[in-house]
Formats: sequence, structure tokens, C-alpha cells
Amino acid sequence: MSTPRHHITDALMSLYRLGGLPTPFAVTVAAHLSLCNECRATYEASLVPGGLLLEMSDGTPLSPELKSSVMGMLDDSPSPSATSADPVLLPQPVRALLAEGEPNWRRVAPGSRQAILQNDSEGSLRLLEFAAGQTVPEHSHGGNELTLILQGSFSDVTGTYRVGDLQIADDTLDHAPKAAPGMPCICLAATDAPLKFRGLIPRLLQPFLRI
Amino acid sequence: MIAIRDRRDKAAFAELFDHFAPRLKSVLVRNGASDTEAEDIIQDAMLTLWQKAHLFDARRAQVSTWIYQIARNRQIDRLRKTTRPIPADLFTSGEDTNQQDDIFALEQEADALRRALAELPVKQKEILEKAYFSDATHAEIREDTGLPLGTIKSRIRLGLDRLRHELKHLRPS
Ligand SMILES: [Zn+2]
Ligand SMILES: [Zn+2]
Repeated sequence: MSTPRHHITDALMSLYRLGGLPTPFAVTVAAHLSLCNECRATYEASLVPGGLLLEMSDGTPLSPELKSSVMGMLDDSPSPSATSADPVLLPQPVRALLAEGEPNWRRVAPGSRQAILQNDSEGSLRLLEFAAGQTVPEHSHGGNELTLILQGSFSDVTGTYRVGDLQIADDTLDHAPKAAPGMPCICLAATDAPLKFRGLIPRLLQPFLRI
Repeated sequence: MIAIRDRRDKAAFAELFDHFAPRLKSVLVRNGASDTEAEDIIQDAMLTLWQKAHLFDARRAQVSTWIYQIARNRQIDRLRKTTRPIPADLFTSGEDTNQQDDIFALEQEADALRRALAELPVKQKEILEKAYFSDATHAEIREDTGLPLGTIKSRIRLGLDRLRHELKHLRPS
């Protein structure tokens, strides 16, 4: 696999770690972490202080029955399954959302189709496919949008995005992405609900709490 | 942890439980969980650890990091009442000849960071702990402590700037 060149920002990463992202963004960040060694390493390093703080803490007595109850459940818990590590098009966090195992593709225009994975008050998450060489009409964005490339590539005014790359757009971006020739471009696209998550916008733009 | 992973060793699991479960309870309760919530999270996390033990890789993570990560995910699931999207499991082949070197290097980095943490003033450590163990977004940290956001930000930054120097070395070049 090629090495991604467009990555998660520090701010997105720490919000993800804190559990503060709306689900569509959290899925997209988790999907990038599944495809990008560099961000994965940064993410895992960012968990180290949490573990050390835990280790350095003194203990509080537990309810007497907690341990025996947990020990008693060990045999009931499913044994480790040898999940396939085969590279597949859809990263694990996306597959986890698909009840039927296959995306429910709907044609939206000649050469393009989409499968909606989530669309509610938190925002939307969808898979988009564009035919090789196709240009998406110029548009702007109502809020923040994260786009993760899963197959093929596209280019716009901000650069070229290939498999694993994450494009972070806000309402200042006007663009007309063009899919590269060769194969259809498939992306995972997440938007937030601009009104509900307005407070998130400055945080996304402003790197803060970097680790 | 290795004994749990390779031999499904319950005695080793019990030892790990005795070491980490009371500590988890401390930090969770100190950061806003009720007694019952904390113990529910501990139960979920320890069972998940047992189920996912086959994924543990000492070249990549310390046991404490692994436990923190699992407990944190369980905690966020409970708070948000959804299943938190997590990155794909990483499967590593067992044929790395530098295994001991890698584990040793990681331990050294963690030791350096542990020393840096131990030197932090109590106030900074408290806020740092909050960032790792509570559900707090920064706005909530403000409500909780009554401190202006600016002060909190600069304190977190101060604490983290000191940590980052150490953390840098944990990132692969
Ligand atoms: Zn990345
Ligand atoms: Zn767009």
C-alpha cells in the first residue's frame, strides 16, 4: 500500500482520543488510523501517558465480589477468533457499521453512486464512488468535511489525494475534485451538522492539546 | 501479559487484575465516575483484555498503555451510549528477531516519560489526568474547576510541552 501523505491534524487526533468527535468523524479518523502507520504510531504514543498515570496512581479498594465475578466470566467469554488480516477495500471501522456486510449502493448521477452509512443529527457518513476521470461539479461545504480515499485518487485545488489520504475541508473550500483516470475513485466522506457542532469548528482549525 | 496471551493463564490474569483494577478505580472515581460506574468499566475492560489478549504486542505497547486504551474505550462507549469506532486490530508476525531490543527500547522511553510525569507539579498532573480519564471536553473542564479556559489551556500546554520532548522519541522516525 502507498504511504498516505495527507494526515489527521493534531486537534482531530486529540479530540478522537478524548471521545469528543461526532460519530461520522470518529469513524473516518479510526479508518485513517487503520490505513496509516504514521498516524497510528502517533496515536498509540499518545496513549502512553494515560497508561503511566494509571500505573503511578494508588489503588482504591474494590467491592469484594468484583474479582470473583470477573474471574467467573472468563470461560464464558468468546475465545479469540482468528480474524482475517487480509487487506480489504473497506477498513475495519467502516465494515463494523455494515449490517449486511455489503454497502447499499445507490446511483446518484451517471458514473457515480453513494451508500449512506449514517445521516442524523450528528452528521452524515457515506461512501462515494466516482468514475475514473470524472469531475465533481464545483461546490463549497456547509460545514466541516473529512474525506478518506479508499480506492483510486482525486485532485483539486489543494492537491492530489491517494489511498489512505485524508482531506480536511471546511466552509472556506471551493473545489471541483477530479478522479484520476484508471479506476473509479471511492471515498469515505463525513460531514458534521453545522448548527449543532458549530463549537467544534474553531477546535478543528486550532491545533490544541497536541499529543 | 505474555502468559495470558500465550497460555490463557488465569493466575497471571488474576495478578494483573490485582495490580490494575484498584488503580483504574482510583483514577476513574477521581475523575467523575461513581463507584458503580467505575466497577462496571473495570469489569468490561478486564474481560475485553482477556478476549483480546492475542493481539497484545510488547514491541508496540506497554501493558499499562494497553489496559488504559481498553478501559478508555469502554468508558467512552458507556458515556456516549454507542460503540466507539476503533482502528483495525494490528496483527504482527512473530518472526522479528529484534523483539527483545524493541521491547527494551520501548521500556526505556516509557521510563523517561514516567520520570517526567513524576516531576510534574500536582496541579498539572491533576489536569493531565483529567484529560486522560474523564469525559471532559475542555469546556467541561472549565465548568468543573471554575478556572478560565485560557489558564487551563496554558497549564495543559505547559504540562504537555514538558512531556512532548520525551514523547517525541516514542514516535518512530
Ligand atoms: Zn496519517
Ligand atoms: Zn467537496
